[in-house]
Amino acid sequence: MSAKSDQQQHWAATKRLTFLTLVIWAVVSFVIHWFGSSLNSESFPGAYFMAGMGSQVIFVILVFWFSVRQNSIDEEYGMSEGD
Amino acid sequence: MKLEGGFINNLGRVYGIYTLGFLGFVILMGICEAAGVANTYIGWMFVAFTVLLYALIGVLSRTMDSSQYYVAGREVPAVYNGMATAADWMSGASFIAMAGGIYLKGYPYMAFLVGWTGGYVLVASLIAPYLRKFGCYTVPDFIGTRYGGNLARFCAVVVLVVASFTYVTAQINGTGTVAARALQIPFEVGVWIGLAGILFCSMLGGMRAVTWTQVAQYIVLIVAYLIPVFWMSNKLGYGLIPHLAQFDAVLRVQELESALGVGTLLPTAEAQAEAGKLAALKVGINDASDDWMARWKFFTLVLCMMAGTASLPHVLMRYFTTSSVKAARQSVGWSLFFISLLYLSAPALATFTKLSLLDPNVATSIIGKSVADVMSLEWIQQWSNVGFLKIVDGNGDGIVQINEFFMRGDIVVLATPEMAGLPYVISGLVAAGGLAAAMSTADGLLLAIANALSHDLYYKIIDPKVDTAKRLLVARILLLVIGALAAWVASMKLTGILGAVAWAFCFANSGLFFPLVLGVWWKRANRAGAIAGMIGGFGTGTWYLYMVQTGMEPWYGIDGLRFGMIGMPVSLILMVVFSLMTEAPDEETQKMVESIRVPKGKTYVS
Repeated sequence: MSAKSDQQQHWAATKRLTFLTLVIWAVVSFVIHWFGSSLNSESFPGAYFMAGMGSQVIFVILVFWFSVRQNSIDEEYGMSEGD
Repeated sequence: MKLEGGFINNLGRVYGIYTLGFLGFVILMGICEAAGVANTYIGWMFVAFTVLLYALIGVLSRTMDSSQYYVAGREVPAVYNGMATAADWMSGASFIAMAGGIYLKGYPYMAFLVGWTGGYVLVASLIAPYLRKFGCYTVPDFIGTRYGGNLARFCAVVVLVVASFTYVTAQINGTGTVAARALQIPFEVGVWIGLAGILFCSMLGGMRAVTWTQVAQYIVLIVAYLIPVFWMSNKLGYGLIPHLAQFDAVLRVQELESALGVGTLLPTAEAQAEAGKLAALKVGINDASDDWMARWKFFTLVLCMMAGTASLPHVLMRYFTTSSVKAARQSVGWSLFFISLLYLSAPALATFTKLSLLDPNVATSIIGKSVADVMSLEWIQQWSNVGFLKIVDGNGDGIVQINEFFMRGDIVVLATPEMAGLPYVISGLVAAGGLAAAMSTADGLLLAIANALSHDLYYKIIDPKVDTAKRLLVARILLLVIGALAAWVASMKLTGILGAVAWAFCFANSGLFFPLVLGVWWKRANRAGAIAGMIGGFGTGTWYLYMVQTGMEPWYGIDGLRFGMIGMPVSLILMVVFSLMTEAPDEETQKMVESIRVPKGKTYVS
């Protein structure tokens, strides 16, 4: 098997990162809220917290994290705009 | 105004001075109020001052260059583009209606919060950076070039126009509502005044003008949303930072809700008939249910709003204005950050408003008080006069019960200052904020429509040889015509603000989500597939909406807010099947897809 080009490796790494990002996204968007009622307890409104604050904060962090990781993938394979 | 190093290098200074100037204006208005200037004048001054500022920015940003007109010269820094996107994104519905929606419709409504933020993860990871690398002016430009042929481009234009037009009428409706309320003028006049302001911001400078007014509008709207929330929280003794104090308040609200019979004590049919479109509180703030249907409805609403976010052209085109692919990605993060400043506050506002109305230990409460006492409150009188709330003593016992207090959700934001007894200047500020939110979104939407028609329909399909000056002239005339059309439709008040907004998301995701995503992520996707996906998805979704609106029983709880659940799967299946049944795209197209997958190198179209 011949060695893959930088561009192919770059795209493979990009796909892995995107897949991971979407898995986290799906868990935070759908799985957690599906079980919303079990997050509620006597002492903490867990469902309200996740829908009103938790998910949003995680999304903000997720997008910034994705953007930093993707950027370093671009640089690693010499595919960033500066190269 | 001449700045050393040009405008772009002095953004911090320009908007810093602007923000201080705006805060100074708010303080000045506060002094005027203390000096005895009538409330009506203060309302007028807030609206006039801010709209004139936006118009001034719009005029200063005038341009005759097509790259400036369509994509603001691709030089907008990530942070400022984030602010502009946040203003572009947060509509009258987010500003005026969201906290009220959470108040009245409880936990199920919070699916909007999750959907309208999580959609940006899709924007960042699947679409925006790739479209930025592609280098198009409009979203149909990408569809048209990636799949080739005028029919694909035309289908994308149609979906864009329908989705954005549905959305923009809701925004112009919002400007009308706010203007009517703050300036005490008829709604229809408010609509046309709002439109005039919107056109001033976009006509002369296109995307460049819209970008810099949206940044200014973001600052006004976020200040206007946060000041009352923090002020009220402190005044009513809920703590310095309401966001942290809200969870104990939710527990207290839950206690009160079950004691007062929210969800069990429903309005009588006669009382509801008397209240008309106003609603009583029927769903608790934290009623997450184990019921399968409730979970399914939450899930489908989140999914539809997210996919809609990632396919609405007025949002995607904001990322065409950044200076690089890297900046486009970062800018999505900044957009979401600036959006969340407001979205994190909306539930807190809803919860504290609930507490201050429901809790008998709080002086401002009204539930459980005598009808005569409540009716003598000034804010109750004011807002019932304009038809925003109504008390109907259904059981005739002279006490206000939970099922006897009817309201429009909008008053949670609009009346907060008066409920909490804050000075009128805060009400003026809130009106200016609501107007900024509705205007900035309307700007972006009108521009998206006019650009698609002028660039894709007129320039690319009808007359490819036309010169730039004429193209830009056509773009401006279209802006005027579409704006007038939208204002005319809005003045007929066809749907509430939110109904129309949710429809726009479903139109967009039914028609555009898969053609956009697969255009980047599936090289095999071709013209036949994209056209089948757009026509099939959009057509089926629209048909389903029509059937539901005309009385068909929704399938599995998929109502008019969620019709993307019908359109999207149809679009995906048709697109895959038709692509596989026909020939793979030619080598040039495959190369193009490869080139947009890496930031390095030139944009595909320049």
